[in-house]
Amino acid sequence: MSFPLLSAITFTPVTVGMLLLLFPADRHTEIRIAALAGATLTLFLSIWAYFSYDISLAGYQFVERLNWVPALGISYYVGVDGLSLPMVLLTGIVIFTGVLISWKIDDRPREFFAFLFLLATGVFGVFVALDLFHLFFFYEIAVFPMYLLIAIWGWKVTREYAAMKLTLYLFIGSVLAVVGALAMYFAAGLNTFDMLALQNANFPADFQRFWFPFIFFGFAVLAGIFPFHNWSPDGHVAAPTAVSMFHAGVLMKLGAFAALRVGVMLLPAGAHYWMPWIVFLALINIVYGSFVAMMQRDLKYVIGFSSVSHMGLVTMGVASLTPIGITGAGLQMFSHGAMTALFFACVGMMYDQAHTRDIPSLGGFGAKMPMVAVAFIIGGLVSMGMPGFSGFIAEQPIFMGVWAAGQTTSQYYLGQQYSWIDLVAVIAIAITAAYILRAVHQVFFTKLPAEFEHHVGDVTIMDKVALGVLVSVLLALGWYPAWMAPLVASGAANVMAILQGAAG
Amino acid sequence: MITPYTPADWLVLLPEIALVVVAVVLAVLDVSYPQLRRTGGLGIYAGLGIAAAGVLGIVFAQPGSDRTLLFGGMLRADLFAFVFRMLVIFAGVMTALLSSGVRGVSRHGEYFILLIGACLGMNLMALSADIIMLYLALETTSIAGYVLAGFAHGDDRTAEAGLKYFLFGAATSGLLVYGLSLLYGFTGETSLAAIAAAVRDGQVPPAALLVINMLLLAGIGFKLAAVPFHFWAPDVYEGAPTPVTAFISTASKAVGFAVLFRIMSVTVPASAYLLPLLAAISVLSMTLGNLAALAQRNIKRMLAYSSIAHAGYVLMAVVTVSDLGTAAVVFYLLTYVVTNLAAFAVVIIFARVSGSDEIADYAGLSRRSPYLALAMLVAFLSLAGVPPLAGFFGKMFVFAAVVKAGLIWLAIVGVLNAIIGIYYYLIVLKVVFVFPAPEGAASIDVPRVYSFALAVLCIGIVLLGTVAGPWFDLALQSAQGIY
Repeated sequence: MSFPLLSAITFTPVTVGMLLLLFPADRHTEIRIAALAGATLTLFLSIWAYFSYDISLAGYQFVERLNWVPALGISYYVGVDGLSLPMVLLTGIVIFTGVLISWKIDDRPREFFAFLFLLATGVFGVFVALDLFHLFFFYEIAVFPMYLLIAIWGWKVTREYAAMKLTLYLFIGSVLAVVGALAMYFAAGLNTFDMLALQNANFPADFQRFWFPFIFFGFAVLAGIFPFHNWSPDGHVAAPTAVSMFHAGVLMKLGAFAALRVGVMLLPAGAHYWMPWIVFLALINIVYGSFVAMMQRDLKYVIGFSSVSHMGLVTMGVASLTPIGITGAGLQMFSHGAMTALFFACVGMMYDQAHTRDIPSLGGFGAKMPMVAVAFIIGGLVSMGMPGFSGFIAEQPIFMGVWAAGQTTSQYYLGQQYSWIDLVAVIAIAITAAYILRAVHQVFFTKLPAEFEHHVGDVTIMDKVALGVLVSVLLALGWYPAWMAPLVASGAANVMAILQGAAG
Repeated sequence: MITPYTPADWLVLLPEIALVVVAVVLAVLDVSYPQLRRTGGLGIYAGLGIAAAGVLGIVFAQPGSDRTLLFGGMLRADLFAFVFRMLVIFAGVMTALLSSGVRGVSRHGEYFILLIGACLGMNLMALSADIIMLYLALETTSIAGYVLAGFAHGDDRTAEAGLKYFLFGAATSGLLVYGLSLLYGFTGETSLAAIAAAVRDGQVPPAALLVINMLLLAGIGFKLAAVPFHFWAPDVYEGAPTPVTAFISTASKAVGFAVLFRIMSVTVPASAYLLPLLAAISVLSMTLGNLAALAQRNIKRMLAYSSIAHAGYVLMAVVTVSDLGTAAVVFYLLTYVVTNLAAFAVVIIFARVSGSDEIADYAGLSRRSPYLALAMLVAFLSLAGVPPLAGFFGKMFVFAAVVKAGLIWLAIVGVLNAIIGIYYYLIVLKVVFVFPAPEGAASIDVPRVYSFALAVLCIGIVLLGTVAGPWFDLALQSAQGIY
């Protein structure tokens, strides 16, 4: 048996987290170093997995399987394909940069890192899951540490409210999806939660239509789909920096990913039936999110709503049910994950020194912390889909996918409106440019208010390393997408094979 | 069907015989070594003794594959009963250990003897295959329980708790015995199997069966603390010495379900209305329990209402009348007993130092004692059903059984109730982890016995929540052949 790479990736964080709990609580430096070591190891393992995946074989690789509860056909079953592998890499990157950026946390860092690592294990577990029960197990592990991370270390003003709101939204979504999953399990009658087996279960069409919304929306809550997006900006804003990065960067992808993996791939006929409506909801996400972001004064809310908008693009890409659209969605998940982590990191660094995020009262930070300014502007260019940056690589295929779906989907009225939907969605790109450039101008280039003159300085080397890692990922994908696009396309082809099986 | 008596039959009762011996030894120790009273050693010896009974049971008294009716059909020593007996013994061990440092109980040998008596009664309840035996065992348990609930002298609340428990218990016990006597009157049988056959043949008129069902339900509903027989629970839980609360809310409830299954196997086939009725009780228990728990300020009252809600979750699986459902019940009760004991262990340890059970006083616990706070996190999140803890698998199996039976609406009600549960458990954790400790609050030291008990319970929670396979197989095996 070869080295269990995916198990190592999944369980390294939680093991490190448990070891951290054994440290005496006041050894802050040692705790941070141990956390960084664990995060580095995790990042290393996920890079290793990413580059040893053999794209010519495609399909699920590094597969491991163990019986878990054999009486019910529950197994510990992991493997990655072209869609999940970039997410694993992304999680590795975000946990690594998140630990760097949390260096300054002084209130119970031991518990902070332990919960953060538990969260990371949950996220990895979902991305590599090939067993439906396994997926739920880790999905809920990924949800509840958020409550503590936000409620304990978050922004004092809204943290309790936001943490509870987030937790309840996500748990309601997940338990409804659980009911749907159990219904699938018994309807299939295969006595297994193996998703590869359930893909071939050929559920009746009306069964699929009934249960698809439970599963899809249950997970899509976490992706911030309209009208269940409300928890997300509040949660982003209240969370401490590293948790915002994790939350917007990785967790929201978890929702989109699970909605795709469980909703679309296991209930393809349901997907065909519901998707035109979901494209429409995604459109609301994109346009409404960007307009609301435009209206915010709090810089973190701007980023929070921009996440709602960008996650709408992911949903739209998935909902196009075309190979190119799903490829775009996969790339957008990665690109947006790194981008939004970068944004939240920048905002966190500024807030740590200025103690305000109110855009009009900030200014002139470009001179004080030049590297943050550069990183934020690069993030902004990604966000508005500028060619040469990863956002363009990701968003272009999504628009193409929706357009293409409009050509092929004719059985629904809404399907014929896809080209209009595309055009309306593109408006959001312009709005994004407007709010990003406005924020960039005000925060970095106006005159530095006198009150910040003395206590705002440059960021630490830890912060710079984190920014450097995130920026280089975004640029690498923008300039040379070939290191990821074919991989994601192979994963999308897998999804398409299932969808075509259902349509035919 | 009834196995003829052989001397080897006594081997089956080894754990119960051992319990009696331990009780006697404890009485002697109590009188001969008065210094044990001061050091809290009685609790530790009682715990060790009960544990020894459990070990003897596991080594020598494991049930064979054939379901045997022993002692003239009085006892049915199957795996189902065995699992519950071991569960009771586990709860007994933990309760004894947790009692060892609690003022008002730890220095009284008779307290521990009563505790062992309650364990004995519960074990026999799980074993009963005859209504006479059942009622005797039930009364043994109950009378010990009434005294335990009112044990601590000089405290009005505990006296009130004891009296309330007694009044409710005596009334429902009267209803139960009336129901049992009607069953005997109509069928002329006392063995549950024979009564079941008679009921199937239609010897009991439907109207009489309805009355009987209601009477039995009231008697068992009291043990389960299911709505509408739950009124005693909050007051008794709050007033009784906390280790007793822990014991009543875990072992007593678990055995109540065992008895419910034994009785249901008799009357369900002939009473079509019983399952919808149980479903309604389940929904009401979950919903009322959870909603009332939201409003509680005292942690013992909150856990009381939460335990009412948990009875509702378990009843969901009971309603399915399937092997999967029964296995889900057994598994859920395993997880629930371990988890709730852990939750009460934290309450006991905290109250030893602070003298308070108010949730608000838990503020800053995570700074005063990080590990105790982590144990509380584990216990409460397990109650909430969050992985990788025991409660997650417990809930998943229950929901699986319910969905399999096609009761989608019940599953939806159940999962929404689980959300309410998550809310109030998190509120407590918020107080523990987020709020600052009061000025000058001392750190909380945990005596070694308590650390040990809490560690065992927390490891148990994590084990049940990760390596669930073998435990579920055990539950599934014990469930086979109940109906």
